[in-house]
Amino acid sequence: MVEIPYNVEARPDTGLYNAKLGIWLFLASEVMLFGALFSSYVLLRTGDPNFMTIPHEIAEHLGGHGESHVWSDQLNVPLAFLNTLVLIFSSVTMVMSWVSLKLEDFGKYKLWMGLTCLCALGFMVIKAIEYNAKFSHDLFPSSGNFLAIYFTMTGLHALHVIGGLIVNGYLWGPGAKMWKTEPERFTNRIEVAGLYWHFVDLVWIFLFPSLYLL
Amino acid sequence: MSVLETHPEDHEHVHHDESWLRKYVFSQDHKVIGIQYGFTALCFLLFGFLLMLMMRWQLAYPGQPIPIVGGILGADNAPGGIMLPEFYNQLGAMHGTIMVFLAIVPLAVGAFGNYVVPLQIGAPDMAFPKLNMMSYWVYATGGVVMFASFFVPGGAANSGWTSYPPLSVTATAGQSWWLLGMVLLITSSLLGSVNFIVTIFQLRVEGLTWMRLPFFVWAQLVTAFLLLLAFPPLEAAGFFQLMDRVLDTSFFMPSGLVVSGEVVRGAGGGSPLLWQHLFWFLAHPEVYVLILPAMGIVAEVIANNTRKPLWGYKSMVYASIFLGFMSFIVWAHHMFLTGMGTTISTFFQTTTMIISIPSVIILSALLLSLWGGSIRFNTPMLFALAFLPMFGIGGLTGLPLGFSATDIHLHDTYYVIGHFHYVVAPGTIFAMFAGVYYWFPKVTGRRMSDFLGKLHFWPSFVLMNCIFMPMFIQGLAGVSRRLYDGGMQYAHAQPVLHWNQFMSIAAFCLFFAQIPFVVNLFLSIKRGKECGDNPWQATTLEWAAAPSPPVAHGNFPQTPVVHRGPYEYSPPEHPKGFMPQHATVPASEEG
Repeated sequence: MVEIPYNVEARPDTGLYNAKLGIWLFLASEVMLFGALFSSYVLLRTGDPNFMTIPHEIAEHLGGHGESHVWSDQLNVPLAFLNTLVLIFSSVTMVMSWVSLKLEDFGKYKLWMGLTCLCALGFMVIKAIEYNAKFSHDLFPSSGNFLAIYFTMTGLHALHVIGGLIVNGYLWGPGAKMWKTEPERFTNRIEVAGLYWHFVDLVWIFLFPSLYLL
Repeated sequence: MSVLETHPEDHEHVHHDESWLRKYVFSQDHKVIGIQYGFTALCFLLFGFLLMLMMRWQLAYPGQPIPIVGGILGADNAPGGIMLPEFYNQLGAMHGTIMVFLAIVPLAVGAFGNYVVPLQIGAPDMAFPKLNMMSYWVYATGGVVMFASFFVPGGAANSGWTSYPPLSVTATAGQSWWLLGMVLLITSSLLGSVNFIVTIFQLRVEGLTWMRLPFFVWAQLVTAFLLLLAFPPLEAAGFFQLMDRVLDTSFFMPSGLVVSGEVVRGAGGGSPLLWQHLFWFLAHPEVYVLILPAMGIVAEVIANNTRKPLWGYKSMVYASIFLGFMSFIVWAHHMFLTGMGTTISTFFQTTTMIISIPSVIILSALLLSLWGGSIRFNTPMLFALAFLPMFGIGGLTGLPLGFSATDIHLHDTYYVIGHFHYVVAPGTIFAMFAGVYYWFPKVTGRRMSDFLGKLHFWPSFVLMNCIFMPMFIQGLAGVSRRLYDGGMQYAHAQPVLHWNQFMSIAAFCLFFAQIPFVVNLFLSIKRGKECGDNPWQATTLEWAAAPSPPVAHGNFPQTPVVHRGPYEYSPPEHPKGFMPQHATVPASEEG
């Protein structure tokens, strides 16, 4: 194969190696994706006076849960707050795994990266519990546009978490072989995966207040 | 050469080790991927053209059986060979979708960008070869999904290439396939655009500073940014529409919507306008995705064949960057008549007038570049020259559409069709042809026949105008663009209906005018005249520093170092009349 320049070392005039520029561009496009989703949420919510109101027939059906007639009260704030903490913690462990490689401590890397993956798993489990609670009360995306937005945005975010989990899992497991052959390139990979992971974390930091609290 | 000669066995090794599959199918070489993109896109270009020919038959001879293909369309689409209105709608939606997303963008960016950009910047390949391969295969899958949608119950998408809800939400299953296909195409273009930007930023060779980049590279860079940032909102919109269709959400479905006398299910409360905003947020920048690479190709061909530097190279570069920025804030000029309000219309009308300025700068610079040149009228140059007035007509006829007052009369008529087809068909597609004729010797080491090229050019040039010019007449008379019988039912259309036959016959002739091109393309691969490495005596790196075809992996026998700008034609001190970007001259002459 051809040797591509600046695959590992930074190009002097841009100060970046290829993958790092690549991931920033990818994240720019992700900002546009989630930007469109958030804008649509704002537009739908301001455009429909009944956006947050639970219709009568559904409210009656909800029984004891139906005290309030506002959709967002149906969401589980404590669980979502816990999930916020889990994701923030996983961002810290992600940084620590990169730092460990910079300090050439591969054992510590395995530990921190493993923790990152566990946090991602934990996030998904909590998310699944939340989704399940909605489904068991017959609350689906078709119930109303607030829930539709909730499921679409948290669902797409969850897909991003799963994507990150797959990448991080690979870098923790089979992909970690690269540490022996090309340590610098491997460290770069962790940095790039980390940038993505922080972005996923950041999206949740916006999702949590705008869906659960507002 | 010395680098290669010291390790000849390394290079041999690469060649022999590659399986056929790795070399031609799942190749990671940007040149092979470029050819794959080019071939696939040309096939889709032909397919989209055939769809249009069936529509043109229906418009000229409504209710008469379609000759040749009428029998194979099936009873669901054309019983007895006579086209049903539903099938006409499928053809309309899919002609637009295929031409924009599967033919022209992949040809302009996937094929030309992929093949030429790394060569012009002196790079051994794209920055991420594997992503490049993935980008092609995701695109090909998207193409298959789109093509297959013709065969699902109810046929392909039939709500226009813009897929406006609520119509598209209540449409047949083909619409879901369309959305799935679009998600794949968006993914492909995302992978591609990241790759292009990183390649251009990171892999320029020593000495190739920003203002020494060939204009084509600049055009591709701006295009890549547009694709990167404009497509994701459509992806979001695609998810929403898919949810509306599959999970019965109401993102785009208003409350109490009545279709065929029945209230549509679902919670309601959605906004059909939201889709239009998200769609045009992509689709307007997409117009510049279609046109910028074309301008890039035309700039290369014109500089090369006038044998002089481009007039106003820097203005062209700044204009294209400005064009890129502005293209993000003009989208709602497609929505003047949606009831979004006159204040918003005024804003978007103003930005629309502003964005015409950079286009005019680029076009004027290209036109002025001809002044005082000793022009070589070869086939690529003919196509490039034809691009200028054709794009000019397309652009200028856009102004009345950009004013919200005049748009009231013109919107949704054949005038619109005439306008954007002048931009894209004799505009962009001519530039693509110019590119094929210009870079064919780079890919094969052989020239295409100039005689067949001219036999392709002149009829195409005349016929394109015969097809699209009458559309302005029909449109000004108020003929709607969406009528499957060409407007027979309408009194106001009667005086201009006779143009339908004229346009359709011109379209059928245009089909035959493409035969010399297809023959030329395939014959010249083996039989074309061998032409050496730099048949056009060009200055840019892809011609001057690499053999034709370039080295299989790595492109350049020796990594070039750039010393000057891209279009140093006819400098007086040089006997050959052109100065390649990487050539070295004795210090005494360099001053």
